[in-house]
Amino acid sequence: MSQWLERHIPKMVLAPSFAAVLVFVYGFIIWTAWVSLTRSRLLPKYEIEGFIQYERLFAAPRWDTAMSNLFVFGTLFIVISMVLGLMLAILLDQKIRTEGVLRTIYLYPMALSLIVTGTAWKWIMNPGLGLEAMVRGWGFENFTFDWVINPDKAIYAVVIAGVWQASGFVMALFLAGLRGVDGEIIKAAQVDGIPAWRIYTAIIIPSMAPIFLSAFIVLAHLAIKSFDLVIALTGGGPGYATDLPATYMYTMAFSRGDIGQAASSAMVMMAVVFAIIVPYLYSELRAKHD
Amino acid sequence: MTDATLAPARAPAQNWSRIALRWLLFTLLGLFALFYLMPLFVMITTSLKSLEEIRTGSLIAFPREVTFDAWRTAWSEACTGIQCEGLRPFFWNSVVIAVPAVAISTMLGAANGYVIAQWRFRGANLIFSLMLFGCFIPFQVVLLPMARMLGLMGLAGSIPGLIFVHVIYGIGFTTLFFRNFYVTIPQDLVKAAKVDGAGFFRIFWSIFLPLSLPIIVVTVIWQFTQIWNDFLFGVSFSQAGTQPVTVALNNIVNSTTGVKEYNVDMAAAIIAALPTLLVYAVAGKYFIRGLTAGSVKG
Repeated sequence: MSQWLERHIPKMVLAPSFAAVLVFVYGFIIWTAWVSLTRSRLLPKYEIEGFIQYERLFAAPRWDTAMSNLFVFGTLFIVISMVLGLMLAILLDQKIRTEGVLRTIYLYPMALSLIVTGTAWKWIMNPGLGLEAMVRGWGFENFTFDWVINPDKAIYAVVIAGVWQASGFVMALFLAGLRGVDGEIIKAAQVDGIPAWRIYTAIIIPSMAPIFLSAFIVLAHLAIKSFDLVIALTGGGPGYATDLPATYMYTMAFSRGDIGQAASSAMVMMAVVFAIIVPYLYSELRAKHD
Repeated sequence: MTDATLAPARAPAQNWSRIALRWLLFTLLGLFALFYLMPLFVMITTSLKSLEEIRTGSLIAFPREVTFDAWRTAWSEACTGIQCEGLRPFFWNSVVIAVPAVAISTMLGAANGYVIAQWRFRGANLIFSLMLFGCFIPFQVVLLPMARMLGLMGLAGSIPGLIFVHVIYGIGFTTLFFRNFYVTIPQDLVKAAKVDGAGFFRIFWSIFLPLSLPIIVVTVIWQFTQIWNDFLFGVSFSQAGTQPVTVALNNIVNSTTGVKEYNVDMAAAIIAALPTLLVYAVAGKYFIRGLTAGSVKG
């Protein structure tokens, strides 16, 4: 008996967590998928009706805005954060005495809540008293920076705050990558008289491909989950100009009482995440086994 | 890999261009430092100004007269909806949520990671993959059923409910951290201890836990930051009195009634940010390790 116990204790320790994950992750996903196929409104219904919620979703102009915002925000957020992060990492890699201080400064936004970031930038970009007013006060009377309240530009205001928050983290990833490159190869290249910029573009950066992939995955994941930042910065507005799928889902679920729409929009979000994460995790786990 | 080593000075003419490059480098680095520091600077100075000064002065000017009124208001008087008790009660809500949620999820992660890394059995890898996968779902997909489940459990809108949610969705990450740490410890250690008659728990308590301090620190910092900064679960699963500080901050800032008190908004934002900033200042190294470990790989 005690031998049996000893043999099965590891499984018994793992079991509660695993059961919780099965129910609260996978069970819940199935629940949401199920409800997304029904006519649920304020309360969930369980008679499957087919894809009506998805048809409604794809016909809704607001969802259209949310998806194109996700595309615009996601692309700019990822590209700018990566470029900025790589640039900062390379600049910091030049034997700077104050590297530690600068690294700390570049990275601290990552410690903040997106609600705090949104609040700070909402104030800075406030046209009446923020940057616009400041530059006008310097004598540039026609200077305009009203992105945060301009329906056509508001999503770019979200990009600015998002990049401010996340680019330091990309810098940290890339800096670790730069430090991990084999010093011997670089020395050999230097002996051959290859200029520094060529060493970066031809040797160092290509060897960091896995880090680019990681950074991309993390940033894409952050972009799709972005909810707090939009809520604090623009509240999804003006109108619904800065709606993202995450804010759309929340509005449907908790203020419109349209559970069917909330569920179907959540499923689409999950599909987008999985399209990015699954191939990545698969290759990561496979690489570990080989 | 430095300019100095990449381009060794060969002639005085090259020296000159090296100095120019060096200046350019520091100018760029300095400008970026200003970009990252500017919002913090603006938040602090704004929180120390009077509303009058905010209206007449410049965004980046130092306060002419330093006043802590806005801080007092933000802490104990500002209105979050109908309540006007400032951030204080919500700050304590966040503490009461974060402390047990961090502790429980870290302990579970340690036990799980120990089993998965050191007591391999058939299916352990599949279980790990499924748990890991749970880290990456967009939480929107569990919001609705979780709201119902909390209702069924009698935990809707309550602080224990939020603790429960944070523990559940924290397990994946904490397990990942500990598993990756324990995998590096040779399995012969367990075998030798077994030969000496030590059991599952004995090996964990006397051998693995004492070795685990670094990963416990990383996990605690990661979990604390995640839970303290959470907004989605807080706003979805709390009610008037049980909201965490992030939700209360958003309510103060986005309230539409009365005169907009920007100095109070900024003081409130700093108060909400202080605990994680403090963690970052004290244990930045571990914070970064958590960021990279938590977000990079399995």
